[in-house]
Order: sequence, then structure tokens, then C-alpha cells
Amino acid sequence: MVPISHMLFISTALFFIGMYGLFTRRNMIAVLMSIELMLNSVNINFVVFNKYLYPASLDGLFFTIFIITIAAAEVAVAIAIVINLYRSHMSVDVNAAEELKY
Amino acid sequence: MNYAVYTPLLLALPLLSFVMLGIWGRSYLKSIAGIAGTLVMMVVATISIVIAWQYFFVGGQLDGVYQPIVAFNKTWLSFDYKQLSIDIGLLLDPISVMMLVVVSVVSLMVHIFSLGYMKGEDRFGTYYAFLALFTFSMLGLVLSANIFQIYMFWELVGVSSYLLIGFYFTKPSAVAAAKKAFIVTRFADFGFLIGILMLGIQGGSLDFLTLIERLTNPQSDAFLQMSSAGFMGISAITWALVLVFAGGAGKSAMFPLHVWLPDAMEGPTPVSALIHAATMVVAGVFLVARLFPIYHFNGAALDVVAWTGAVSAIFAAVVACTQTDIKRVLAYSTMSQIGYMMFALGVSDFGGEAGLGYTASMFHLFTHAFFKSLLFLGAGAVIHAVHSNDMQDMGGLRKSMPVTHLSFLIACLAIAGMPPLSGFFSKEEILLAAWEKNKIIYGIGLLTAGLTAFYMFRLYYRIFWHKAHTDTHAHDGGPAMNLPLILLSILSIGAGFIGFSHFVTTDGKPFDTKLHIAFSVAPVLLVIAGILLATLLYRKANNKSMSLRTSLGGLYTAAREKFYIDELYQFFARQIMYKGFGKPAAIIDKQVIDGSVNGIGKGTMLVANRIKGLQSGSIQHYVWIFFVSALVICFIMLYWWLA
Repeated sequence: MVPISHMLFISTALFFIGMYGLFTRRNMIAVLMSIELMLNSVNINFVVFNKYLYPASLDGLFFTIFIITIAAAEVAVAIAIVINLYRSHMSVDVNAAEELKY
Repeated sequence: MNYAVYTPLLLALPLLSFVMLGIWGRSYLKSIAGIAGTLVMMVVATISIVIAWQYFFVGGQLDGVYQPIVAFNKTWLSFDYKQLSIDIGLLLDPISVMMLVVVSVVSLMVHIFSLGYMKGEDRFGTYYAFLALFTFSMLGLVLSANIFQIYMFWELVGVSSYLLIGFYFTKPSAVAAAKKAFIVTRFADFGFLIGILMLGIQGGSLDFLTLIERLTNPQSDAFLQMSSAGFMGISAITWALVLVFAGGAGKSAMFPLHVWLPDAMEGPTPVSALIHAATMVVAGVFLVARLFPIYHFNGAALDVVAWTGAVSAIFAAVVACTQTDIKRVLAYSTMSQIGYMMFALGVSDFGGEAGLGYTASMFHLFTHAFFKSLLFLGAGAVIHAVHSNDMQDMGGLRKSMPVTHLSFLIACLAIAGMPPLSGFFSKEEILLAAWEKNKIIYGIGLLTAGLTAFYMFRLYYRIFWHKAHTDTHAHDGGPAMNLPLILLSILSIGAGFIGFSHFVTTDGKPFDTKLHIAFSVAPVLLVIAGILLATLLYRKANNKSMSLRTSLGGLYTAAREKFYIDELYQFFARQIMYKGFGKPAAIIDKQVIDGSVNGIGKGTMLVANRIKGLQSGSIQHYVWIFFVSALVICFIMLYWWLA
């Protein structure tokens, strides 16, 4: 059986890859994709801990399903925001929308 | 007679006249403003005289004593404290009825005179509106039944005086004089207000009759409370009376609060005759007379009144000898005569013949109102003819202005105290009262009488004789100006024959005064000497007055400069008040108070400038901050959890 540390390594790697993308990407869509990566790393964490530490219960799996559902809804809202932003600014660059600075 | 109907009418008519002329005096009523104002005043004067007749000769006495009559009284404001209330009331007693006649008659004369004097004036209607306002306020003042009410009318006469002094508001000197008059009298009224509050709070009433009743009864609670409380070793009642007198001294131009009166001559001359000679300036005397029973019960306060009056009388008489502006001479003469009235009150006793000083003071107030307004109106006619206030521009006018000349001569003789004109009788009574109480004050009064004769005849000769008649244009004013002069001349001659002690006494009981021929010799001789000296010096242009001036040296210069009282005030205001208090206060205000407010604003701006960079508008920047903060919180939680 694959040891738990391997699994956690994958999830941590995914999380930081997502974070790197969140910090560095200028494209709004890419930023969204990075957020999805971070969410999924969390999902992996839930599944892994459930499987390895409490094999008798299903709490972690249910949590994961909830997160996937909410992520789908969140993406729908986020895409709508991006589309509106594109219509008003003719760009999906995050730096293009900075009217709310001091 | 129904006093409750007629007395309020005295106030309502001038007030109505003021409102109507004030609103429409420059438009609809422009052409009839003067006539309308004069007619209203004629009605008021008639009612006053009828009331006086009723009061003195028909129904005022009860068992041979004149009773105070409250014609009208209504509570206006009442307080929980000691059932104190401010009432609006009308009180008729011998002095207020006497003042009614003086105010309304002199006001009527001035209204008639102004028809000629102010003719063609641009703001003719406004002028009559102000005159009506003044008459309303002055009648309200003399009829007040309540010390707070008298204070309100007191301020109203102050306002109307201010408006009329500054009537020629395009002249900077008139504006300055109006402000000076208002500020000086207002400053004195501050003392008056404190005095009123002390009397009201400790005496438990603001009503004159109640106050007099309580504070002249040594057993009453109010009296015990006021004489036991004290400050700096002087009892509360003395303080209250002296402070009330300070208000009166300010209005009556007593030394050292007299500085506004000579400057107030910037106003139109008929106004000076009405306000600054006959009526408003005697309000202080009236106030002391109104509270006389209380003053009499308090020797210290009465001494203050007596000495202030005596010092003012001699001071003003000396200054009047050196002035060259004819209206200023008259202003100082007014101050001197009011000083006479004041010290007459100050040397008076209470009850029967001992109250001669009080009677004499009111008598002198009565006669002085007529001859002094006559002098002012005469001076007005002269100024109207020669268009100057200065003696240098006059001289030799006796032939071209016969009516003015004759009436002015009568007034001069009256004020100097030549028998049998009115001034003689009132002055004799004052000197007699002073002789019986205080020989020093009597001496001052006697000297002042001589000086009065001298400076009045100096004025007379400089206007009507002195040099050859040069100006052919000068002539008497029209009938509107001559009529008041003639009427007032008759009053100035005749007013002295009224047996005043039959009407106005301290306790309301009439008594007989006798004329002491032997006593009159000294004052009359002194008066004749004064007149002769003036004749010698000023009847013809010569250099005798110049040599007298040089021999007097410093005294003459000091008197001409009014003994530097104005400079003293200037020094006090500029050097001490302005530099000592005003400037440091301004610095504290600007630096400390404004500084702290501005400092808070500036500090906020400074901090905001430093931290506003955080709000960059870049989402990724925010994410960074969010992430780092979350990490920091995580570490803190971990630390707590482990520790």
C-alpha cells in the first residue's frame, strides 16, 4: 500500500502550485484555474485522511462531495464576473481592474 | 379717571407711529411723515398732561398723601425661585407723572422743531420713526413698575440714542460716536444688571413697591439677608445699590463714565436736545429717585451718589469753560447740571421737609429739561443758520436772529440761576439741601453755579456778540423752528413758580418751601460775578481772554483737553486691555485651541498618507496579505496550543 506521506506530498504540491498560480498569473481565467487546484488539493487531503485514519466512517468523502458542488457554483459566479469584467474593461487582466485603490 | 385705559395708550401710540413710519416712512408716508409723527406726539402730550392734571389735582391723593397707582400689571415670566417674576406694569406716582409731562412736552417741541430743522433731509421719515421709538422707550422707562422692565426700556432708549447719534452714518465721526455711546453705556449697564440680579435674588422681588417695602424694613427677611451677606467688607445691599447706580451713572454721563456724551453731539441737534439734554440722560437720576427710599436706608450708597454728582458737576463746569464747539459746551453743561441733580439726591433725607434734596433734584430735573432743550434748540437754529458748530464762525448774530437770540438769552439766564427764572428756584433748593447736610458739597455746588453763569454767557456772547455782524445770510428759522423756542422760553421762565414741594416729595406728603432771601445772596452774587466776567472777556473781541488763558497755563490746557480722560480710556483700552489681555487671548485661541483641532486633522492626514499604499487595488496583492496574515494567525494559534 502506498504510504500516507506520498499522498500528502501530492496534495501539498498541488496546493502550492495553485498558490503560485494565484500569485503570479495575470489572466483572470488562469487565476480561477489556480484556485480550483488549491480546492482539489484540499479534497485529496480529506479523502486521504478519511481512508487512512478512519476507514470506518465516510465523513471526509461527504465533505469532498460538498466542496466539489460548491466549487462548481463558485466557478459559475466567477465566470460571470470575468465576462462582465471583460465587457467593461475589454480585458481579463487582473491589473486592469484597479479602480478601487486609494 | 380710568388710568388703565389712558396710560397704555401713551406707549401704544408712539410705538404704532414708529412701526408705521419705520415701514412706510420712505415710501407711502414720505410726504406726511413729519406731520404724522408730530400729530401723534401732540396726542401723547395731551394725554400726559391730562393724566398729570388728574393725578396731581383731582384723584391722586388719599388723606393728603400722593399714592402710587399701578395702572396695569401683568406677569410675563415667572420663576420657581422665591416666586420671583418679571412683570410688565405701569406705575403712576409723582415722579413718573412728572417725567411723563417732561418727556412728552420736550418730545413734542423737538418734533415740531425738527419739521423745520430736518426739512429736505433724505431720511426724514426714518428720523421721525427713530424719534417715535425713543419716545416710546422713554415713556416706558418712566412708567415701569418693575426693575427688570425698566432695564429693558433702559436698553431700548440706549438703542434709539445709538440710532439717532449715528443718523448721519456716512460721517465716520458720527459712527464712532454712536458706537462709543453704546459701548460706554452698555458697560455701565452691566453693573446695573448685576445690581438687579442681586436685588431680585436676595430681595425676592423685582417689583419696585415690594422691593422698597422689604428693603426699608429692618425686620424683613430680605433686609436681614442682604445686610448680613457681604463681599470685601461691604454688605450685599450696598453693593447692589452701588452697581445699580453705576448703570445710572453711565446713562447720566457721570464722571468717569461721561466720555460718550460730548461725542454724542454728532447727532442732529434736535436729537441732542431731546435725548442728550432733557430726557434720556436724566434716566440715571430718575432711577436713583425711584429707589430713593432704599438708597436713603443705606448711607454708604447714598454718599457714593452724592460725591459722584458733586465731582461731575464741578469737573464738567471747568471743562465747559474751555470748549469751542457750542454743542460740546452744552453737553458738558448738561453733565454738570445732572451732577447737581445727583448730589441733591445724595444729600437728601427722607420724609417731610428733610426730604428737600429729593424734591429739589426732581425740580431741577423738571426745569432743566425745559431750559436745556431750549438751549439746544437755539444752538440748532444757530447751526442751521451758519452751518458750523464752532464759535469761531459765529458772532454778532443778535440782529439777524432776534427770536433765537432772545430765547437763548432767557435760557442762559435760567440755567445760570438768575431770579426769577426757573433755574434760580431749583438751584436754590438744591444748595439749601446741600448746606444742611454737607458743607463741602455745598461749596462745590456754589462754585459750579458761578462757573455755569460764566461759561453760559461766554457761549452767549461768542454766538451773538463778540464781533461785528458779517454773515448776511444768517436768519431765524421758519415758524416751525420759532414756535418751540417761544413755547420753551415761556416754560423756562414760568416753570420755577410751580410749588414743587406740593407735588413731589419723598413720602408723598406735600410741604411748604420758603425762599430764604439771605441764603440766596451768595449764589446770586456769584452768578452775577460770573456773568460780568464773561461780559468783560467776550462781549467784544479783545485779548483779555488770551491773557487770562496764558496766566492759567497748565490748568487751561488740561481743561481744554478734558483732563485727558479720553486718553486715559484709550490707554486703558489699547495698552492694557488690548495688549495685555486681547493679544495673549488671541494667541491662545489661535495656537492652542485652533492648533489642537488642526493638529488632529493634520495627524490623521499624515498617518493616512503613510498607510494608503496598502490599498493598491491589485487583487494579488490582497491575496498575499491575506495569506501572510492567515499564516501569522496559524502560528499564533499553534503557539498557544502548544504552550
